[in-house]
Amino acid sequence: MSHDYGFFSFESKDEVLAKSKEFWNPGKTQFWIDEGVPLVIDRREGYFIYDMSGKRLIDTHLNGGTYNLGHRNPEVVSAIESAMTHFDIGNHHFPSLARTALAEALIAGAPPGLTKVVYGSGGGEAIDIALKTARHATQKRKIVSIVKAYHGHTGLAVATGDDRFSKLFLSEQPDDFPHVPFNDLAAMEEALVGRDVAAVIMETIPATYGFPLPNPGYLEAVKAMCERYDALYIADEVQTGLMRTGELWGISKHGISPDIMVTGKGISGGMYPISAVLVNEKAAGWLTEDGFGHISTFGGAEVGCIAALKSLEICSRPETRSMVHYISDLIGRGMRSIQDLYPDWFVGIRQNGVILGLEFADPQGAKFVMRRLYEHGVWAIFSTLDPRVLQFKPGLLLTPELCEELLDRAQVAIGLARDDVARAGRKAS
Amino acid sequence: MPELLVESAGVPRARAMVARAEWAARTFATYDKPSVDRIVRAAAKALADHAAEFAKAAVAETGFGVADHKALKNLACSTGLVDHYRDHDYVTPRIDVDAKIVEVPRPAGVIFALTPSTNPVATTSFKILLALMTRSAVIVSPHPLAKDVCSAAAKVMAEAALAAGAPDGVIQWVAEPSIPLINALMTDERVDVIVATGGSAVVRSAYRSGNPAIGVGPGNVPVLVDRTADIPAAAARIIESKSFDNSILCTNESVVIVESAVADKFVSAMVHEGGFLLNPEDRDRIRELVFPDGHFDIRFVGKDATWIAAEAGIRVPANTKVLIAPFDLAVPEEPLAHEKLCPVLGLIKVPTAARGIEVARAVLRITGAGHSAAIHSRDAQTVLAFGAGVPVYRVSVNVGNSLGSSGIHTNLAPSMTIGTGYAGRSSVGENLQPSHLIHWTRLAYNADVREVLPDFTGLSPWTAATGSVPPYPQASNLSTANVAPPRAQDDATELREEIRRLIVEELHQIIKG
Ligand SMILES: Cc1ncc(COP(=O)(O)O)c(C=O)c1O
Repeated sequence: MSHDYGFFSFESKDEVLAKSKEFWNPGKTQFWIDEGVPLVIDRREGYFIYDMSGKRLIDTHLNGGTYNLGHRNPEVVSAIESAMTHFDIGNHHFPSLARTALAEALIAGAPPGLTKVVYGSGGGEAIDIALKTARHATQKRKIVSIVKAYHGHTGLAVATGDDRFSKLFLSEQPDDFPHVPFNDLAAMEEALVGRDVAAVIMETIPATYGFPLPNPGYLEAVKAMCERYDALYIADEVQTGLMRTGELWGISKHGISPDIMVTGKGISGGMYPISAVLVNEKAAGWLTEDGFGHISTFGGAEVGCIAALKSLEICSRPETRSMVHYISDLIGRGMRSIQDLYPDWFVGIRQNGVILGLEFADPQGAKFVMRRLYEHGVWAIFSTLDPRVLQFKPGLLLTPELCEELLDRAQVAIGLARDDVARAGRKAS
Repeated sequence: MPELLVESAGVPRARAMVARAEWAARTFATYDKPSVDRIVRAAAKALADHAAEFAKAAVAETGFGVADHKALKNLACSTGLVDHYRDHDYVTPRIDVDAKIVEVPRPAGVIFALTPSTNPVATTSFKILLALMTRSAVIVSPHPLAKDVCSAAAKVMAEAALAAGAPDGVIQWVAEPSIPLINALMTDERVDVIVATGGSAVVRSAYRSGNPAIGVGPGNVPVLVDRTADIPAAAARIIESKSFDNSILCTNESVVIVESAVADKFVSAMVHEGGFLLNPEDRDRIRELVFPDGHFDIRFVGKDATWIAAEAGIRVPANTKVLIAPFDLAVPEEPLAHEKLCPVLGLIKVPTAARGIEVARAVLRITGAGHSAAIHSRDAQTVLAFGAGVPVYRVSVNVGNSLGSSGIHTNLAPSMTIGTGYAGRSSVGENLQPSHLIHWTRLAYNADVREVLPDFTGLSPWTAATGSVPPYPQASNLSTANVAPPRAQDDATELREEIRRLIVEELHQIIKG
């Protein structure tokens, strides 16, 4: 069966995979084949993605929240279509209609104290902007992040993360980027006590590390320490923002007003890349001192701004909030009852709203579950930095029926994965 | 100004409301009887507490009707309704031991309720309570003329229901109704049933929507007074009923048909009660004024009789409640034979009751088939002949039709939605009542006597509602998860913040200590 997409066509999925290796990324392409997830996403609609073979998958990876509102959310699509009759990317040097409108909307819904918005075109760039902003405001260089942090792969962001990704490109900067263990307040204090730190950057729940939950009071205490030792607190809300925790911003649930907050991914409904950094007055100085300090041609592209305005509006609706609370309740209860079936295998549920990290009793457990879920029509990804844990991120607008279906599929797949692990163990021993 | 093609305001929000309602309905459908009763009572009381205030607001917003009468209906359709259905149960399974059938009530799910401008608050309350009694979620779309007062009414009921343990989003309302929005909701496949009260256009589009619908047609009420009637009582009841809420209801009398033998006595009795008999010239003036070119002028909807008379240049006593317009023949080209949404009452004299029945049929041929009619008579034979001959599904006997057909002064189901049945192009011929909004799952045992029906007494598949529904999504490692934050209300942010601060403070103490 030939696959003709108008703009291009392929004879078969095999041809795509072969050419993907040849012209794009052999490592990544092969990785997924080896992992038993030979997925080439074709059609996408709502919370469904379809492999080229036609296989339907419920997407609970959502690219870290990029597809919070579903794939090709019709409201976002129509907003962009309308926007394109009048706007394009815009000219990044000039004041702009759409950037201003989005900035005002972002600030209106932001934790108190945040007053200005800087735009990027992706999460990593936004993180770099946040870090540069903190350095400017404090006139200090050091950035503290947690061990196994993930804030993106751009120049500065990559240095805050696991050295797997910085070493590869000879980009580790351990002196300027100390890493401290998560949930360890003593280590944090030790890192800050010298008062030479510009900022602590912290995901409200570290996604790529498998969503370990901050201990009660941990983030609050880190924020207090930042104040004590003159460092800024940067909240990376790229994955935890936009209603995933049942509040628009996860950090608000902690009562924390960060100095800088970063959003990306879901902010534009997965239809047009854009990211944003929200800063308070303490941090905003460079925007007055030298407004051209950070330049990005695509940063804050106006079509993206309109996609973001629409997505932000949808996320902020009382209806959406209510549904997230319902979904989080149903999925949480469903997962706990699956856990009751396999307590020795499905050993933990980390949950805050529709952010879930599912822990399994094997160092690579989540990969087994991922494979079985894939086979049973669900796409969820293991945590790169802790493959025991499966990231499970149901959408914000799921229907009750689809949630029930998702739980049905998950129950069977998790059980089968347990048997797989047992078999693999027997073979190994 | 750039011309941007943006979807009509409110439509996406309306769709979001349906999605939320689905969640609410799913949970509500598992509530047990005591939980449902508590919620129903709380919502009804909340409306009743504002009955007079909302009545005034409805008159002010729509510009028609009588506040005192609306207050009465608001009470009848809130606490009154709950009282009426006090001993009914739409929740608990029923057991028919002889038939060996156990029946489990299943709610409609998501109800889309359209409410009219004429009866705005009472209908809003009525439909919300029917939904709550039967455990469905409801989205109210008020008539645009009455949107503010209906939204206010829905809001107080929603808040009270929520506080009594109802699932979040079980009552929602459209604050800014529009045609595209209503179309979007009507055709939304997630809506389980549309309950439409309003003009024919709305009702017809409900039936066209592709969704199950209960819509009711218009009325045009003929009332027969025969020679056996208690004439003074009939006159008093008719004047009171015709002037009720200044005749904007579909149940107000339209044309009174009186047997000649008692006509003079009856007309004087009506005049005694506040009727004003128009002479032929004044009658023509009123016809000209109220039906210019044969079409009703909506300026007169629900206006006082004295105001209408003054507009026509007719002097009437200050206590005039109804203008009586005599005419001879009920035919389509006679405007006075049509529905008149103001206190103008047609009058036709007939030689016999049998002729009266024919005239009543003629009135209903014009419009109003399936709706209601009234008769004042002490002769069972005539009453039966009227009931069998006139194509309506309820006849008020020796009682005013406005509160008679709506079950407030009769023992019909109290209702703001009068089913006009097949004769009136509706799926329901009864007064709308809770039973119309549920279906039953029937567990039917083998009829063979050897197969025995076990004892189901006391068994219930439903559960009591506890805490806020849904629970607030606390992080799973928070030991404070049992400290329930305030409900998902948009204005509760401050309180939430306050509780948040307290928790954080407490945690700080724990960490430090
Ligand atoms: C928490 C967090 N921050 C930042 C980023 C970087 O975003 P991007 O991939 O758009 O550069 C990611 C991406 O996964 C992320 O998960």
